[in-house]
Amino acid sequence: MTAEVEETIKRIQSQKGVQGIIIVNAEGIPIKSTLDNSSTVQYAGNVHQLLMKARGMVRDIDPQNDLTFLRVRSKKNEIMIAPGVKTI
Amino acid sequence: MTAITLYIFSLKMQAPNVNSHQKAAVAKGVKDEEEGLDTAEGEEWMQGKTLVKPPDQLDLTEAELNEEITRVLKASNPNAPQNVVRYSFKEGCYKPIVFVDQMAIHFELEGNLVHKESDEGRRLMAKQAEVDDGGGVERPDNVAIKAAKREQKLTNQFNFNERASQTLNNTPRDISCQTEPPPRANFSATANQWEIYDFYVEELQRREKSKEKHEGQFLNKEEDKSKKKMIQNDDISQLAKVVKIIERMVNQNIFDDVAQDFMYFEDASDEFRGEKGTLLPLWTFQYDKAKSLSVTALCWNHKYNDLFAVGLGSHEFTQQGGGMLLFYTLKNPSYPEFIFNTASGVMCLDIHEHLSYLVAVGLYDGCVAVYNLKKKTDQPIYNSRASSGKHTSAVMQVKWQKDDLDSNHNFISVSADGRLVSWTLVKHELVFTEIIKLPVIDTIPDDLKDVIPTVGTSLDFHKQKDYSFLVGTEHGKIHKGSKYYSSKFLEKYDAHFMNVTRVKWNPFHPDVFISCGWDWMVKIWDQTMKSPVFTFELKTSVTDVAWAPYSSTVFAAVTTDGKVHVFDLNINKYEALCQQKVVSKKTKLFNIEFNPVHPIIIVGDDRGHVTSLKLSPNLRKKPKVGDALILCIVIEHLNILTLDENVLEPH
Repeated sequence: MTAEVEETIKRIQSQKGVQGIIIVNAEGIPIKSTLDNSSTVQYAGNVHQLLMKARGMVRDIDPQNDLTFLRVRSKKNEIMIAPGVKTI
Repeated sequence: MTAITLYIFSLKMQAPNVNSHQKAAVAKGVKDEEEGLDTAEGEEWMQGKTLVKPPDQLDLTEAELNEEITRVLKASNPNAPQNVVRYSFKEGCYKPIVFVDQMAIHFELEGNLVHKESDEGRRLMAKQAEVDDGGGVERPDNVAIKAAKREQKLTNQFNFNERASQTLNNTPRDISCQTEPPPRANFSATANQWEIYDFYVEELQRREKSKEKHEGQFLNKEEDKSKKKMIQNDDISQLAKVVKIIERMVNQNIFDDVAQDFMYFEDASDEFRGEKGTLLPLWTFQYDKAKSLSVTALCWNHKYNDLFAVGLGSHEFTQQGGGMLLFYTLKNPSYPEFIFNTASGVMCLDIHEHLSYLVAVGLYDGCVAVYNLKKKTDQPIYNSRASSGKHTSAVMQVKWQKDDLDSNHNFISVSADGRLVSWTLVKHELVFTEIIKLPVIDTIPDDLKDVIPTVGTSLDFHKQKDYSFLVGTEHGKIHKGSKYYSSKFLEKYDAHFMNVTRVKWNPFHPDVFISCGWDWMVKIWDQTMKSPVFTFELKTSVTDVAWAPYSSTVFAAVTTDGKVHVFDLNINKYEALCQQKVVSKKTKLFNIEFNPVHPIIIVGDDRGHVTSLKLSPNLRKKPKVGDALILCIVIEHLNILTLDENVLEPH
């Protein structure tokens, strides 16, 4: 399982146009990153808050619904955020 | 000590109106008694005075003044209360007390006289004696007195005795013990509607799990193992799903224009092109490990319309290596979703119509295998390696059938050894049933008939009457058979000079089928007629042909020169609407499949690449009248015109 995930991450990283990947755990602390430390921390902190808000909004409107992914497009680039699934 | 009190009976004055004369006389009398010691001069002074009337005295008449008034001396206390009431608990009410104490105390004095004979008197007398004999003259008396005194216990009037002793006080000591503080953790949470919902869902799941546990106790061990796995699992492996989503998002971005074309692009120039249409190339699917292999089979998944299966192997007899089974989705063109390695080249595959996770694969070495996509393993769940009924030569086509009477899944395969075999998935193995053997052609001498088989190359089952099937052979013949007749075929069509590469029933018309072969021909047949209804000659060997799912008159064919030909019989009965080269030079196309829902086709070539193409609107014209009817009309029309005009009978 882990090997598959690692491989997929490598593939994504090797795609044209992908600047970096950051994996963040449930508390918002980055576990893995292909960017430098300061950027990672910056991205992780900001993204986590936005994700919580977005998810809260979706679920508030319909509790059976859940956020699949979130794209933030800006002038210079695009940030793609996909929240993980909670396990018991 | 006895108290002496004086009791004085007091005079009570009864009449308020008193004669002033009498009063004066009384006053005088009293005064006389009290001041008895006064001199006579006082008396004289009193007598010399005349009667003085106080100003506020009542004026009474003579008669009233002379009235006799009796005064009584009583022994009752004028100050004693007359109407004392006491609460009687017996009767529960207040009751007046009749007998009231009439005693009035006027004077009280506590005396200090002690009786001689009493204890205290004697004590005092003894003390007095001691004091008097202070000189110490009569010492023996003194001693006697002292002894007497000592004999008498000095007690107070209550005979009270007190004894006390002091015990040793232990020194107080402080003992304290400090415990470790209980572990504390800060806890904060939010209570939202969706958190409550999540909790309820988890609770339900837990209950279901516990129910299952009760039902199947042997599952306990597995559950424990899985629990352990969950604890030991790294954070990363839980991301499998999420990472997949991200990969698809990235791909969507990269191939954004292609995706837009796929959804929305309609070639406007089709209006100006008359009947002709074009094919717009969309995504290309390739896998670098499959570079040396060529595509041998393609199949769309019916349930998930963006998923398709690619079988990779080799058509060449001489170049045989391993094979692969790949699944791609249109959502991720850069990497296959599922990858299976097979020992020998895949020659054909079929996805079950209803259970879209079951895939039957036929291999070059004659084995058939069934893969279950739901399982994570790389190995097929069923493999015909060990079983004895395996084909001795390459399996050319497999097709799933409806579940049999025991609701076991089964499929039928045709192979190069000339046999049609039905395989049933029973529990953990494949059970084979021979259905029919392809008839040997006449040119082979009788004694070799059993040895040299007729290579079956293609197989198709009728959509509605699924007992009826068609088999194409290497010699160019097409045999129509039925599952119920295992001894011989119902019909034989002399279709092509060379290898029949594909036969397919028309999805709408019950009698029409199409065939193509290496002899450059594509022929459309009516099963009731011995000769084809339509014949088309394409410039090179035709490797595959497919009917369109949206129209009964549209079909497409691929040839070895890399071209895709699309025909619509409703529009043009003689030539293709589109003949387009879709791959680079010297690449042969081997397979073509229409997507059941979207207006795209996929073609497989010998480099292992799969190219997807979008059909332009001209190629997608849906007939207004009922589907099968159109084809009937077309055929009828043709029959009326000529019978032999467009028929080339191969003999």
